[in-house]
Amino acid sequence: MSNESIIRVVDLTIGWDDVILQKNATFDVRRGEVFAILGASGCGKSTLMRYLVGLEKPAHGTVAIAGEVTGHSEVGRPRFGVVFQSGALFASMTVGDNVALPLVTWTDLVPEAVGAIVGAKLCLVGLRGLEDKLPSELSGGMRKRAAIARAMALEPNLMFLDEPSAGLDPVTSVELDELILVLNRALGLTVVVVTHELASIFKIVSRCVMLDKQSQSIIASGSPLELRDTCTDARVRDFFHRTSEAQ
Amino acid sequence: MRGFSLDRGVDGASDTVHLRGRFEFAEAAALWSEASRLLTGASTPRIDFDLSKVDAVDGGTMALLVHLRTRLRAEGKASEFVGASPHVQDVVHLYEGDLDIRPRRKRKPQSAIAQIGGETIAVAIETQLVLAFLGQMIVSVVETARAPRTGNWGEVWPTMERVGADAVPVVVLINFLIGFVMAFQGAVQLKEFGANIYVADLVGLSITRELAPLMTAIILCGRSGAAFAAELGSMKVSEEIDALHALGLGPIRYLVLPRTLALVLAIPFLVLLGDAVGILGGLVVGLTSLDLTVVGYLLETKRALSVWDVYSGVVKSVVFGGAIALIACQQGLATTGGAMGVGRRTTSAVVTTFFILVVLDAAFTVLFHKFHL
Repeated sequence: MSNESIIRVVDLTIGWDDVILQKNATFDVRRGEVFAILGASGCGKSTLMRYLVGLEKPAHGTVAIAGEVTGHSEVGRPRFGVVFQSGALFASMTVGDNVALPLVTWTDLVPEAVGAIVGAKLCLVGLRGLEDKLPSELSGGMRKRAAIARAMALEPNLMFLDEPSAGLDPVTSVELDELILVLNRALGLTVVVVTHELASIFKIVSRCVMLDKQSQSIIASGSPLELRDTCTDARVRDFFHRTSEAQ
Repeated sequence: MRGFSLDRGVDGASDTVHLRGRFEFAEAAALWSEASRLLTGASTPRIDFDLSKVDAVDGGTMALLVHLRTRLRAEGKASEFVGASPHVQDVVHLYEGDLDIRPRRKRKPQSAIAQIGGETIAVAIETQLVLAFLGQMIVSVVETARAPRTGNWGEVWPTMERVGADAVPVVVLINFLIGFVMAFQGAVQLKEFGANIYVADLVGLSITRELAPLMTAIILCGRSGAAFAAELGSMKVSEEIDALHALGLGPIRYLVLPRTLALVLAIPFLVLLGDAVGILGGLVVGLTSLDLTVVGYLLETKRALSVWDVYSGVVKSVVFGGAIALIACQQGLATTGGAMGVGRRTTSAVVTTFFILVVLDAAFTVLFHKFHL
């Protein structure tokens, strides 16, 4: 992990219609780290991710990825991978075709090479030999893995994951965390993850920001251990201690 | 300039492909063609990949190298990755460079017999679903009649507005044009016999008995039937229907009954409106092409029509409305398989309803004729 920023968010205000979820959010994500956006339900974590990946146009503030300001719904070869909460695989395509789609669209690779990369990506996420299955034939965890394989197809150096553990059993959730760590450590992938799973946070996250719904602002940033052990803000302490008690 | 280079060296009974530099996905196509060219025609029984001079390799390029090695092994040659530094070895291991990757398989298309068998089973299952739906519908109607407070009556009026009032412009336009076109076509023939005035009879009877109910039903099928099927289908795939079950709110009672009631109550008004504007369409042709007067045309229409002609259209329309709502809701609730399933069921709802409407219309015509109505 280096100190160089790969994402720079400056004075970003997010929301929809007349509702403001976060005001003047400013933070950096460093190259090679696993960065988490934390907070209680409804504070705007997933919405913030939509702004980071360019699905929403900021009314105020900027998001820059690798020095380039993101626009609204950019068309062109993606600069990063995105894994949505539901996986969002295309139901009419096989898993293999889902993973092959960005390769066929954005590279000059011949079909045999595309097939080799698809097979390798599916192997990487533990879905060896499931190329010809339809997404509806996979479990929730497998769909998430397939979505990661698709997001990894173009070998991005940055990946966004929206609540990767949502709806998964603890074992599958841990396996997914391990996969994220492997991708981060072996390939140097920068990962931005939206989550409120404490176990996951302590296992994989290097740094995080915590959003607060009431103050519509970032109330803490740093490593999860720092926030848990040294942060004096009652809301942060509540998040870490009450959630861990509940767990 | 490329960040990598490849060359092949022969050492006795084995070849070695020497890889140097940085292997990045942006140059994957070049790597593929270069490596394929180097390996073409290699006759030695062993070809290794020397990774000792590799500075960096990413996942995509590693996947291609693994595939090339697998291809060599499939040709009966021995092949290994050798000399990798620890960080390169991590990527080799990550992409299971120490295991063979199976070639990508394509889903085989079904044989004709399997498709026929599959469709036959699908028809049987569909019939079962329709019968089960009708059974549940009857049970829900009876239960709601016994305990009216459990009905979702608050949904009826807004749905009536959506399927009825919002459909007025298109119903008016289509029925006006139908009356207009019919009068125009009839006028050409009737003029030959000097029977211009009878265009009012032709338009009045056709519109009230057949065309206004049928055309209005077809419009509502395309508009509201498709909307019902898509709406319920989306709710089904997003587990909202399951949530209704879990909350003790049966989807039939909560969703289907109010929609059916709204459509059945709204369609007669639309048909009566369709009757009026259809006759108006004929009147416009009568005035402009047949030299008829407004009073003459309307008196002839009044003479030609009986009250039953209008009633029969309304009676039909109530049955049509029920059929549209029930078929659309049944198809929506039978949705499976995500967004594609919603599209398939919506199409199926519209096509099935068109077919059933025409069958019902034919049945009514025969029935009314048999009883001299």
